[in-house]
Amino acid sequence: MSELSALNGAAFHGTVTVEDAGLQGMIALRGDLASAKLAKAVKVATGLAIPAVRKISSEGDKAVAWMSPDELLILAPYEDTGDVVAQLNEALAGEHVLVQNLSDARATFSLTGAPGALREVLAKLAPVDLSPDAFGPGDFRRTRLAQVAGAFWFEDTTTARVICFRSVAEYVYGLLCVSAEDGGEVGIFG
Amino acid sequence: MLILHCPYCGVDAEETELHAGGEAHLKRFGPGSSDADFESYLFGRENPKGVHFERWRHVNGCGKWFHAARCTATLEVFGTYSAQVLEPPQDIRDAITAKRPGWSWRDIQ
Repeated sequence: MSELSALNGAAFHGTVTVEDAGLQGMIALRGDLASAKLAKAVKVATGLAIPAVRKISSEGDKAVAWMSPDELLILAPYEDTGDVVAQLNEALAGEHVLVQNLSDARATFSLTGAPGALREVLAKLAPVDLSPDAFGPGDFRRTRLAQVAGAFWFEDTTTARVICFRSVAEYVYGLLCVSAEDGGEVGIFG
Repeated sequence: MLILHCPYCGVDAEETELHAGGEAHLKRFGPGSSDADFESYLFGRENPKGVHFERWRHVNGCGKWFHAARCTATLEVFGTYSAQVLEPPQDIRDAITAKRPGWSWRDIQ
């Protein structure tokens, strides 16, 4: 277990505020998402239902995101990940699944700012339609951020979360900062 | 810019989110096969001007492989479909026939 997040709380204030979101518990759950047993296990461990394709469901400090047709990403407080993994493993004993704590494999960033500026900072980096009609709170998108893989979602209209591999955290932080630099506004989302 | 619809996550992904996987529907000839079959499996590839079938992977996305039918001359995409099939499904063939009557690819028509 690492004690420090990838960028140790770094923050940048530009058109939006980019912050290292600290240690975030993340669990990969692979298996048959249509299975009732898996749905029940996720419900027990997080209190949440399995999200629809490319969606994220969240409540309190837990969230479940759709990663691929056979993979979910479960977010939980960093200190609780061991318990959640144990709960999932217990509920899914004998099933063909994979439960893996990936908290230390990834980095999380928090972006806060005006809704338009927030969308713009991400739109400059990813080949994703970020117009409010196409992407909003509750949507989850795995994509690329410039040259590396990443994913993001909006917690609400003024807060976005970005995750990437820890090994490229510094690169992604740099990207987000450049994208959010003052004077770089395009104003396409108002 | 090529834009392909990922049949697994439903994203209209553009080329930079995808990875090309070469020709589709290859049949593997491994140990015990004849030299000619093995050679054609390793090296024999279509190089059509027109309708072509390819494998693609949504690498910066859901990570899944899928198949795409497109035209190599115009980059028109006729459709994408599951990776778990050995030949193009009928709806994809119909979509191609509607736009390229008389097309053929290998022994598929």
